[in-house]
Amino acid sequence: MRPENYQAVSHPPSHEYEVFFGPNHPGIEGNYALKVRLHGDEVTAARADGGYLHRGFEKLMEGRLWIQNIALVPRICVPDPVPMEVCYSLAIEALGGLEVPERAQWIRVMQLELSRIAAHLFTFGGNAATTGMYTPMFWGIADRDLILDLFEELSGGRVYHIYNIPGGVRRDLPEGYLKRVSDTLDYIESRLPDYDNLMFTNQVFVRRATGVGIMTQEQALDWGVTGPNLRATGLPFDVRRDDPYLIYDQLEFDVPVEEAGDAWARTLVRRAELKQSLRILRQVVARLPEIDGPIRAPIPNPLAWNLPLGDVYTRVESSKGELAYYVVSNGGDKPWRVHVRGPSAMHAVQVLEHLVTGARIEDVAQIMFSLDACPPEVDR
Amino acid sequence: MSDIDYKQRGSLLNPLRSLGFFGRPPVTQPLEPRPASINYRGFHLNDWEKCVGCGTCQKVCDNAAISMVHIPDLPADPAKGVRPERPAIDYGRCCWCGLCVDICPTGALALSREYVHTCVDADLSSYFILPDSHGIHGQPYEKGWAKTADADLISLLREPMPELEPEQRIENFDEIVGGYDPQQALLEASRCVQCGMCHDACPTHMHAPQYIRAIWEGKLEEAVGWIYQTNPFAHICGRVCTRRCETACSIGHRGEPIAIRWLKRYAMDAIPHERVKQIAAAGRCETPSGQRVAIVGAGPAGLTCAFDLAKQGHAVTVFEALSQPGGMTRWGIPEYRLPYDRIDRDIDVIQSLGVEIRCNTRIGSDITLEELHQQYDAVLIALGLQMGRGTRIPGSDHPQVRRAVDLLRQATAGEEFGTPQSAVVIGGGNVAMDIARTLARLQRQRFGTAQVTITALEELSHFLADPVEIKEAHEEGITILPARGPREVVVEDGNLVGLATWRVTSIFDEQGRFSPTYDQEDAQIHTAEMVVEAIGQMSDTGLLGDELTERLAWNRGRLQVDSDGRTSEAWLWAAGDMVRGPDVVSAVADGHRVAASIHAALSAAKEQNP
Repeated sequence: MRPENYQAVSHPPSHEYEVFFGPNHPGIEGNYALKVRLHGDEVTAARADGGYLHRGFEKLMEGRLWIQNIALVPRICVPDPVPMEVCYSLAIEALGGLEVPERAQWIRVMQLELSRIAAHLFTFGGNAATTGMYTPMFWGIADRDLILDLFEELSGGRVYHIYNIPGGVRRDLPEGYLKRVSDTLDYIESRLPDYDNLMFTNQVFVRRATGVGIMTQEQALDWGVTGPNLRATGLPFDVRRDDPYLIYDQLEFDVPVEEAGDAWARTLVRRAELKQSLRILRQVVARLPEIDGPIRAPIPNPLAWNLPLGDVYTRVESSKGELAYYVVSNGGDKPWRVHVRGPSAMHAVQVLEHLVTGARIEDVAQIMFSLDACPPEVDR
Repeated sequence: MSDIDYKQRGSLLNPLRSLGFFGRPPVTQPLEPRPASINYRGFHLNDWEKCVGCGTCQKVCDNAAISMVHIPDLPADPAKGVRPERPAIDYGRCCWCGLCVDICPTGALALSREYVHTCVDADLSSYFILPDSHGIHGQPYEKGWAKTADADLISLLREPMPELEPEQRIENFDEIVGGYDPQQALLEASRCVQCGMCHDACPTHMHAPQYIRAIWEGKLEEAVGWIYQTNPFAHICGRVCTRRCETACSIGHRGEPIAIRWLKRYAMDAIPHERVKQIAAAGRCETPSGQRVAIVGAGPAGLTCAFDLAKQGHAVTVFEALSQPGGMTRWGIPEYRLPYDRIDRDIDVIQSLGVEIRCNTRIGSDITLEELHQQYDAVLIALGLQMGRGTRIPGSDHPQVRRAVDLLRQATAGEEFGTPQSAVVIGGGNVAMDIARTLARLQRQRFGTAQVTITALEELSHFLADPVEIKEAHEEGITILPARGPREVVVEDGNLVGLATWRVTSIFDEQGRFSPTYDQEDAQIHTAEMVVEAIGQMSDTGLLGDELTERLAWNRGRLQVDSDGRTSEAWLWAAGDMVRGPDVVSAVADGHRVAASIHAALSAAKEQNP
C-alpha cells in the first residue's frame, strides 16, 4: 500500500540523466554538491546543493562573548581565514570605538597578504587539478605550507590562527620573523616561472580555460560578484584601493584586470594578484621594523564587555572577493546578530548554476575552481 | 597588469621544462612529528603552584571544554584566595584558541609545543586530562603559547580613587576618599572575573561577585539587595572594612585587586536611603513570633543579630551604654574615614525593621543581666573591646598617659581632653594610626602645627596597620618610628616630658611567645606632652556581675562560647569583638551566626511550648 503523500518520480527521457556532482568529489572544493542534468555530456540544468558544511556560525556567535567569537570566525573560510578574523575585529573595533595601534595594522596587512598568497596557491592547484594536471596541485599545496609555517610561528596555529583580536593582534612578531617572511617571499617568487611553465603557459590549460564559464561585467554586477571574478570582467574594483582599511592607503599596488570574463581571465587575474601581494609584502617587511608601539589597544575584561547599541558594516578584500561583516549590538556582551557577507555565497550558488548550464560536464569542476568557490563560507 | 598576454595560447612544450624536477628531492614531510614553533598552541600546561583554582579559564572557554575539578589533596586557603580545584580539559571540545592562557589571572596556564595524541577506543577518556606542568604524556616539551605582558586579557590596574590631597585634609575631619563616579564604578566593576574568591574569604561571605556584576550591569538596586543579604553594615563596610576579599581577589596575584570595598560604597551611596530601607526589609517575616530578645551593645555584632532576628519576627531590644549606637565604628573610627551620617543610615535601616535601641543604658548599673534574663526569652552580649590596654611601663600611671580608645571616644563626642602640643603614640595598629592622625588634626586646628610620633615594636613591613593608613599618616606629617620599644615615661617635676624607648632586637621568643628584647645601647627620648597607649583593647566584662561571671565558663580570660556563640548558660549568647577580636566584618559574621542560633533556640522553645 502506498502512503497518501506518495508521488511518482518523473523520470527524464532516457537521453537525459541527472548526475550528483559531489559532495565528495575531487572536482569539488569542500563538501559541496551540484546536481547537474545532462543531455549527453552537456549540462542542461544545474542545482547547487550546499549545506553539508553548515555549522551555524552566525547563530553560534549570538551566544558567545564578543571575544570568544575570534575562535569561530577563521573556520568560516578555511583556505583564507585571516580576512575573516580581521573583518570581524574591524567590526568590533568600529562598534566599540577602539583605535588599533599602527603596528598592529601593519601586522594585519602582512597576514592578510600572506593569507591571500596561500589561498591563491591553493586555488591554482585545485584549478590545475580540474584539468587533469595534478603536479601544480602538489606544488601549490607544498608552497602554501611554507606560508602556513610562517603563520604557525606567528600565531601558534597553521590554519586557524585566531591571532587577531578586537583591538589589534595577540602577540608581537617573534625574533627574526620578518627575515623568514622575506626568505619565503623570495622562494615563492622564484617558483613563479615554474608555475608559468607548467600551468599558465601550458597550452593544454590555456585552451581548456579559454571561453569557459563566461560572465559579462553587467552580469557580474547584477549578481553581486566581487573580487577577482569581477575584475576578470574588466572592472578594476578592489576594496583595498577603493575603500581602504588598515594601512592599505600607504601601500603601492596595482589592481589587475582582464576583460574576457572567462575561466582563463579569472586565473590570470589571480596570478597577477599574487605578484601584487608579493609587492605589498615587500613594502610591509621593509616598513614594519620602523613601526614601534603596542600591538593591541587596551580592551576591557572580555567577561564583562558590553558594546554600545548600534550596528556596523565592515568590509575587506579577501582572496575570493569582498568579505563583509554586518554586526548588530543591542548594548550587550554578545552580538545580537552577525551576518557574514561571504563573497563565495554570491558566486558559488546561483552564479555557478548559471555558468555551468550549457557547459560540458568536464568543465563543471573547472568553472567552480575558476570562480574560487569556498563551500565552508557559503554554508557557514 | 598581467605579463601573460591573454591571447597567448601557450605552448605544449613549456610543461616539459618541469621534467627537471625529477632530479630534485621531494618536499614530502617526514612521518615523525615535526618540532612545533615557539608560539605553538598545543596541549595545556598548568603550573599547579601558581594556579589558584579560580576557574576564569573555564569562563572564557568558548567551547565549554574546561571543567574545574576538586582535588582533595591540594591545600585550600580561602583567606589567600586559593581553592583546591584545577582545570581539566576535554580535548574533544577544545579548539586551542588559547584564550584561557591569555586570561589566566595568575599566569599559571600555558600551551605546550606537544601536539600528537592518539588512542584506541578503549582509552577515549585519555582525551579528558587534568594538565599539570609535565604535559599530557609527561614528555619534556617546552612551552609554546604563553602569557605575555602586551597580550594579557586581565586589566591589572585599578580605577584610581579620588582622594583629598594631604594639604586639603590635615586640618579637618572631612572624608578623605571621594568615592567613584558612575563611569569609574562601571570600569572597576568590569575588571571582575567573577571567580568568587572574595565570597569565600569574607567572614560573612558577602555576595561580592553578584553585586559587582549588578553594578556593572547598572542594576544598583539589585546590588544593594545582594549586599543586604549578608551585611546590614553596608555603608560602614563600604568604607572601613578590612576587605579580606581584596586580599583573596585572583586579579591581585599579578595586579591590583578589584576595589570591592569601594564598589560596595558606590552602590550604597547611589541608592536613596528610603529605597535602601525597602530593599533591606525584603523577606521580613510579617507575623510576630511573640518572643523577645535583649541585646547588649549596639555595635556591628549586636545590631546585625538584631537585624536578622527582627526580620524573623522577633521583638528585639538593644541596650547601649553610650549616647549613640554604632559601637566602635562610631566611637573608635575617626570621621575622616567614616562619616557619622553613614553610620546613622545603617542604623536607621536596622531600626526601620522594628529594632528598639535604648541608648544611655548601662548594663550592671541601669539594668542587670539577671533582669534581662527574667524579662526576655534570650540575651546576647556583644560588648566589644572598649577598654584600652596599658603598657605598665614606669611612669605610665601619669595622668597625661592616655589610652587611645578613650581619646577617640572623647574626640567623637566632641569632649575637650586637652589636646597636647606634642604627643607620642605607642602601637603600630590601625588604632594607633587613628589616634595619631586625629591628634595631628586637632593640633593643627588649635596650634597651627602638628607634632605626633608613633613608636611601635614591629618593623615597618610588619606593622599591623593597613599600609594605606601608614602611607596617609606619613603624608600628614606624622613621624613613624618602627622597632622602638617603650622603656619608661619620662616625668620631670610631675610634668610628663616624653617617652624613653629602646631599639627592638626581637619581639617573640623561640617558642613564639610575646617577649620583646631590646638593644639597651640604642636608647632615645621622644619629647612630648602626652603619651598615648594604643597597644590593644579588652572587654569590660565586669558588668556581668560576680555571680554570673562565676557561673560562666571562661577560656584564658575570654568568655567561652560554642561554635554558634552560645555561652555555657542556655539563655545567654555572646558575639563580636569580645569573642572574635577586633574587626567589623567578622563581628557582622558573628552577629549572623548567633542570630541563627538564637532563632533556632527560640523556634525550638516555641514548638515545645506553643
